[in-house]
Amino acid sequence: MSTATDDRYNTLEKSMKKLGYDKSALIETLHTAQETFGYLGIDTLKFIAQRLRLPYSKVYGVATFYNYFRLKPKGKHNVVVCMGTACYIKGSNKILEKIEQRYGIKVGETTPDNVLSLLSARCFGSCSLAPVVVYDNVPKGKVTVEDSLCEIEEMIK
Amino acid sequence: MITSLNELKELADKKKCASGNSRQELRVCMGSSCISLGSAELGKSLQDELQNRDLEDKYKIKNVGCNGLCANGTLVSHCRGDGSTLYEKITTSDTKDLVESIQNGGLLKDKMCDITQPFFTKQTKIVLENTGIIDPDDIEDYIAHGGYEALFKALDGMMPKDVIEEVKTSALRGRGGGGYPAGIKWESVSKVVSEQKYIICNGDEGDPGAFMDRAVMESDPHRVLEGMAIAGYACGANKGYIYVRAEYPLAVEKLGRAIKQATKLGILGENIAHSNFSFNIEIRLGAGAFVCGEATALIASVEGNRGNPRQKPPHLTDYGLWGKPTVLNNVETLANIAPIIKNGGAWYRDIGTENSSGTKVFALTGHIKNTGLVEVPMGTTLRELIYEIGGGIPDGKKFKAIQSGGPSGGCIPKELLDLHVDYESLKNAGSIMGSGGLIVIDDSSNMVEIARFFMDFCRSESCGKCTPCRVGTTELTLLLDKFIKKEATKSDFELLKEMCEFVKSTSLCGLGQTAPNPVLSTIKYFESEYLEGINDD
Repeated sequence: MSTATDDRYNTLEKSMKKLGYDKSALIETLHTAQETFGYLGIDTLKFIAQRLRLPYSKVYGVATFYNYFRLKPKGKHNVVVCMGTACYIKGSNKILEKIEQRYGIKVGETTPDNVLSLLSARCFGSCSLAPVVVYDNVPKGKVTVEDSLCEIEEMIK
Repeated sequence: MITSLNELKELADKKKCASGNSRQELRVCMGSSCISLGSAELGKSLQDELQNRDLEDKYKIKNVGCNGLCANGTLVSHCRGDGSTLYEKITTSDTKDLVESIQNGGLLKDKMCDITQPFFTKQTKIVLENTGIIDPDDIEDYIAHGGYEALFKALDGMMPKDVIEEVKTSALRGRGGGGYPAGIKWESVSKVVSEQKYIICNGDEGDPGAFMDRAVMESDPHRVLEGMAIAGYACGANKGYIYVRAEYPLAVEKLGRAIKQATKLGILGENIAHSNFSFNIEIRLGAGAFVCGEATALIASVEGNRGNPRQKPPHLTDYGLWGKPTVLNNVETLANIAPIIKNGGAWYRDIGTENSSGTKVFALTGHIKNTGLVEVPMGTTLRELIYEIGGGIPDGKKFKAIQSGGPSGGCIPKELLDLHVDYESLKNAGSIMGSGGLIVIDDSSNMVEIARFFMDFCRSESCGKCTPCRVGTTELTLLLDKFIKKEATKSDFELLKEMCEFVKSTSLCGLGQTAPNPVLSTIKYFESEYLEGINDD
């Protein structure tokens, strides 16, 4: 799809315009792009570079520096396991391992059928509910290994 | 528009009067933790129940921020004219019983939270005084609780140097980790001659296991804005940025709304209260990089770059954002400013210890009964924090260590439980204050694995600019793996210690300089667990 006919590019353009095509608002623009497209594809990054008159290497460099930005599309469903200290102490690494084993994917990967993406987070700041797992943007606290596997089964059914 | 202290007080009185005459309140906690336990649905269900019983003119649902005792969420507080009752672990299935008992003037006994327990009585709330009480979406509620009085007091009758003097008298130290005196930082910037200066609030809270700044931004956003505006007035800056983690969408939303409301009332903007002082605040989103807790890396990120730190000096006070003099303060530091200006620096100085004045908010997590946020005077002992306020270790396990300061901090063993917590004592024990995350570890945990967890974190968060940090953290992680697999040799142990010292002394910024702390402190107090990993056959 060309950028001219894709409505998502209009959304992105509007947001850059609102920020006065400010080069220093690159991170804000990347946030908008990720919200709009779900991830930061090469075409999107090139488009931003061109519109903000920044070298593509700079845009790519910033996008790859920060953990929050994804350069690959997510699957239909996603599960994020918090790997903050409080969650780790309460066994979130075991939850992550079990999910990896069950679905044959590593953190950051998506199942071949595009149904499930597995991600980890540095810390959601919901440490009192550790361990925390987020299923399709819904956070759940005090999760056990069994809970998480059931919840995922239910989610991708 | 509010143009004077008197007008502000009039608005506060009007609001107080209106809420005094009106309905009783059911305050429902809408902090991130309680929201993930379903507090938003609970709020709606309580509203529906009130409507069904035709009680809407008697009771009002008020969305408030974090109550602190996150372990027992969702917390609901029933406030009447003559006092209040706190209920814990309330879910939508309790809605009917709760409303019914309140309607009949009774109490829902089995859901009552004991507010005479040490968790509540041992706290001194300054930073968190409004959280769980005010509605963060309502600027008038903040004003009714004395909000923005400090800013108008400063604008009304204090010179910028008086404001700085007050902050210096308070001896307030930076709550982000370094503990640098805030007043001295402000004074340095105020003395630099420059047409443009900046105030930056660090709301990135990158330490895993810390969430005090999140709670303040979500529950009392105006408090942060007020602190920034006062800093701006004192230092001669007219522009502020709040750098917030993108992982905290609720904080971003609350701050954004607060900025709009304050601007509308003329509390932020041009010529505040007819003075020459103008101040505007913008939000900048972080994107998940622990290194951005380092001041120069944070500045790089606000400017839209990769968060690479740079060599200091020049310091931020001379050469900060876009090369201009900049004050960078943490959320909690700024949240302390309004009460200091209102009550005086000497009042604040009297709380806490000799070298660390005031209170500190701690996030108590890990293997502890009462997980949540607590605010205590500096100098409170670890024993009080863990066994009295925290309620002790659950599941019949034993206390082993407490980890403070996140990946830059260290583990403190049970022999030091009577340590009075302040900047110096933690440093002497081989840890740091950091931003205030306290993670309790019970005897089921292996300390080498915990040290490896932090090292691996620093490895993946290293920006890669300097070699000691980039290569050192990787090598240290691999070495620790050998201990965990029990394949290490005696010389590996020597190498581990040597490399820790090397990374500490040669890295460019705080991330690398402190990354070995978790390893060094666990070697210091739990050496036997490392020795168990040595297999020299």
